[in-house]
Amino acid sequence: MSFSTYPAPSGRWTGSPARFLHVTRPMALPCLLVGLAVLAAGLIWGLGFAPADWQQGETVRIMYLHVPMAWLASAGYVLLAACGLLSLVWRHPLAGIVALEAGPLGATAAALCLITGSLWGKPGWGTWWVWDARLTSMLVLFFLYLGHILTIRAFDDPVRGQRAAALLALAGVVDLPIIKFSVQWWNTLHQPDSITLTGAPTMAMSMFWPLLVCTAGFTLTGTALLLIRCRAALLERRTQALALRDISP
Amino acid sequence: MSASFPLTRRKAGRFWIILACLLCLGGAVGLVLNALSSTIVFFMAPSQVLAHPPTPTRTIRLGGMVVAGSLHTGRASDDTPEARFDVTDGQAAVTVQYRGILPDLFREGQSVVALGRYDGHGFTASEVLAKHDETYMPKEVADALQKSGRWDPRFGPPPNAADWNSMTVPHPDTPPGPGAAP
Repeated sequence: MSFSTYPAPSGRWTGSPARFLHVTRPMALPCLLVGLAVLAAGLIWGLGFAPADWQQGETVRIMYLHVPMAWLASAGYVLLAACGLLSLVWRHPLAGIVALEAGPLGATAAALCLITGSLWGKPGWGTWWVWDARLTSMLVLFFLYLGHILTIRAFDDPVRGQRAAALLALAGVVDLPIIKFSVQWWNTLHQPDSITLTGAPTMAMSMFWPLLVCTAGFTLTGTALLLIRCRAALLERRTQALALRDISP
Repeated sequence: MSASFPLTRRKAGRFWIILACLLCLGGAVGLVLNALSSTIVFFMAPSQVLAHPPTPTRTIRLGGMVVAGSLHTGRASDDTPEARFDVTDGQAAVTVQYRGILPDLFREGQSVVALGRYDGHGFTASEVLAKHDETYMPKEVADALQKSGRWDPRFGPPPNAADWNSMTVPHPDTPPGPGAAP
């Protein structure tokens, strides 16, 4: 069975949207279920059983939402930029779809990161918001997401929208190292990273492990949501193409 | 990769153009940030304030650690809380006057950022924010570290998380520190 819009599934993993639909069909639901289970375990562990901080008390538990959201917002933008490169250089048909569907998810993560950070800042620092380099660069990332969401939908020709949004996504990549290193390059109110690739975490292991499980849970759940959104978008296009084929002679 | 993503001449051309654009953009942003780095800094350290005193009318942010034993609190005639404390960066210290409620995380030994004016003698703050460091520690560990006498939160940041276990074992030669239980 083949459809006029897409070639039949080929053997290559980078293949067509049809190939993507075929491969991801058995993946989406298990990924979502496992993600939700890991997330539930991490949240129960972090919010219920991990110790309170010696000076922040119970408010430290906001970390179990705030840090995964910051990670997802950054990782999501890397994905947008990668899709942008694939769209512009290889004109890959899937990249535009993934970018279209990943944008709102990443924007949600960035917004939740900013909101939870603000809720954490008031009891901790004594203010909801300051214009320090970390907070401002994260706000810029949120606006980059909003710009991408609007740009990719702003053209009648979806391919033109995808190319314009791809340029924006690639240009916005400069914000990622600024977010990452802002706390080292400049004096900021935001503290430096507690978890780095090179050094031991500066937090108790009884807080680090639930944070890691929460981050894994949010990442798996987010990946599942992205897969489901991409599949839905592709299937919608396929039904539209079929309907068009039926009404046109 | 090469089998799946063949780089034909046109595609390679597009790839290098995009890479060149990104490098130019990154370089431009880097230069701008470098030029603005003194403006992007959220606060000035006491030694910077003393070395280059700002004009008394200019509002600046002063950041540093609250010196142990320097905090004096009281109440003004209209019952607003008042506080006076010294802020240091290890090289110099500036005395801060503040009227208002201090944030929960404020304590001696904590890093703070004060918004206000420096008149050449002292700093009058209109807002005081507490800075948190990157260490997260359960209360039991903090208590054990203080009891062992190896760390006093009034005199500096907590030790490395990797050392907590060895540090909380009481050492026979170490006299009990100021944080020790009576």
